[in-house]
Amino acid sequence: MNITPRLKRRYRADRRFKFYGMAAIAFALSFLAFFFIDIIGKAMPAFEQAYIEVPVTYSAAVKDNYNKAIPREYRYLVSKSYLRTLPYELEAHPELLGKTKQRWALASHRVDQYIKGHQGHGLKKKYRSHVTAMYDDGHIEMRFNARFFSHGDSKMAENAGILAAAIGSILVLLITIAVAVPIGVMTAVYLEEFAPDNRFTQAIEVNINNLAAIPSILYGLLGLAIFINVMGVPRSSALAGGLTLALMTLPVIIISTRAALRSVPESIRDAAYGLGASNLQVVMHHVLPLAFPGILTGSIIGLAQAMGETAPLLIVGMMAYIPEAPGSILDATTVLPAQVYTWSSESIRAFEERTAAGILVLLTVLLSLNGFAVWLRSRTQKTW
Amino acid sequence: MKKTSLFACAAVAATCMGMTAAQAADAIQIVGSSTVYPFSSYTAEALGTTTKFKTPVVESTGSGGGMKLFCAGAGMDTPDFTNASRRMKLKEFQKCQRNGVKEVTEMVVGYDGIAIAQSKTSPSIALSRHDLMLAVAAEVPSKDGSHLIDNPYSFWDQINSKLPHRAIRIYGPPASSGTRDAFEDMILKHLTKHIDTYTKLYKADKKKNKAYKKYHKIRQDGVYIPSGENDNLIVQKLARDTQALGIFGYSYLEENSDSIAPAIIDGVIPTPETISGHTYPLSRSLYFYIKKVHIGKVKGMMAYANLFMSDKMVGKDGECTEIGLISLPEADLAHYRANLKSLKNLTAADFAKK
Repeated sequence: MNITPRLKRRYRADRRFKFYGMAAIAFALSFLAFFFIDIIGKAMPAFEQAYIEVPVTYSAAVKDNYNKAIPREYRYLVSKSYLRTLPYELEAHPELLGKTKQRWALASHRVDQYIKGHQGHGLKKKYRSHVTAMYDDGHIEMRFNARFFSHGDSKMAENAGILAAAIGSILVLLITIAVAVPIGVMTAVYLEEFAPDNRFTQAIEVNINNLAAIPSILYGLLGLAIFINVMGVPRSSALAGGLTLALMTLPVIIISTRAALRSVPESIRDAAYGLGASNLQVVMHHVLPLAFPGILTGSIIGLAQAMGETAPLLIVGMMAYIPEAPGSILDATTVLPAQVYTWSSESIRAFEERTAAGILVLLTVLLSLNGFAVWLRSRTQKTW
Repeated sequence: MKKTSLFACAAVAATCMGMTAAQAADAIQIVGSSTVYPFSSYTAEALGTTTKFKTPVVESTGSGGGMKLFCAGAGMDTPDFTNASRRMKLKEFQKCQRNGVKEVTEMVVGYDGIAIAQSKTSPSIALSRHDLMLAVAAEVPSKDGSHLIDNPYSFWDQINSKLPHRAIRIYGPPASSGTRDAFEDMILKHLTKHIDTYTKLYKADKKKNKAYKKYHKIRQDGVYIPSGENDNLIVQKLARDTQALGIFGYSYLEENSDSIAPAIIDGVIPTPETISGHTYPLSRSLYFYIKKVHIGKVKGMMAYANLFMSDKMVGKDGECTEIGLISLPEADLAHYRANLKSLKNLTAADFAKK
């Protein structure tokens, strides 16, 4: 019998399979590359912002109507958010009264978009040549958009920033950690190490596994019903959001913790028992420390998921216009993904680049969280 | 492990603190229509930056969702204002009354037009409301008008021979949206309540055929494509799909005038003048409602309402008009300002008038 043709066929099948696998990966990577190039390309302009040099007159009338501080032909070009600070400046520096100074002011989003050459900038025709001339003369400058990182949301695109949402996200995440991690880990330890194996605990197990798979919006409804309607947690607050996300993250943490506990070799428990350790001592002194890297990784991945979540937060009222960073966990706040969503539905075109920039910030945070998880695992992992 | 138990204690403590200190309502809470949201939040920002009051929290829940929250009760955890892109319904008013929200003041801040638009590259199209009704209704009268048939039209020239041979494809808001409500009101109900083919069915059996009194069902065979609450998505689709029409708020048309152009409806193009003058048929008033029992308990409520109704915001050259609001005529504005000053109560009789 000649086996060469069959051998050749088997080799070919081998190579084909390898090729399919690589093609699948290349396909997925090309999507990822497309996404990143698209987002980064759209987001880059948001990190630059136009500033305009205008004469500001600190007259008494400015206290009541900030628009009067600058000549009519510049009013449309300067951001309202800058003009609104003038009465305060005058109050703080009364010696300015009656003087006219050249000031660098934040330019309105229409000027900004016009200079960036974006379609749909909406700058009125009569201002265009004026703005171009000012730019050529150096009275309009592009600067790094530090406001984006130091300010909260605003309805004026040029003034809108990510800070309030970022602080909100951190607060929400801290509450989620404080609630979900201890409860999740303790549940898993009990189920894995102490609970008797009977119908009841089996039913709980099945339910936890199912909970990990239900759509996240249902947790939002649950959060609304329990935390807001029954317990009276203020709507839109970081506490309401954090508790809701904790509910959502619990099953993930429980499942990954149990997997980590299970991967601790039985011989370690046996050795500890053999030396006369109690159940609690075995778990606390030996099993938990060894399972720690696994628990940590699982928790971080669960929390990263929670951080990118919007659906349940929509239900508890966090998808709102909240420009101020929260001072406490009871204050109304918004979170990064919610901020991205709100910007994406704005009609003003300058928000488009800010949406992309927001996505970039969110992605950076998520990637560094995941990177942290990978690093922790590789650092603390034990092999037997 | 000590760390973990410490965490647990912290969590429990935080939760308990939350319970006792809750309800310290200091910022104004506003809910309601996504159409009024841009103007409402703009005013909120102005209030926050120019006065000592905290910036109100403005949530975009849709008109119906806002009414539900607003009318849920008079407690301090309920919203202080609700925005709406249509008037409060009698049913909602009664719900408010039942739940203890007895005194409500109604305000109109301005108008919004609903634009029917298409890609700028397509040849302009002029439609009547009747054409549009026949294009989107689920059931339409047969050619002889004797009975209703499932909507058979897939090209505009089948509806009206004067129209071009162009596929009917309309991207519009989903059923939960206030814009959709308004569209159904102004295009479908407005016409079908006067068309015998529908109303005779209702007269024949008032209970079973209640839907035919003011028929407003939109077809679901893929010609009308519900496209989510995000109007930017519809704008993007129109730029690519040159055959299609889209339905969205006027401010999106204004902001995207480089890529999309309005259709002419009943001979009129939407502009700020035609919308506020009611010659453009698809214009609607934008409302907000004040929960009077909260005034005095929540700081800054009157300051917000006064600012929102001021010339600086919603007057002819007000800041809100720069972001797409169409301002009320002087006389109407004065009327509502007087109502705001006296905090005139909304009564059941107000609903009978219209």
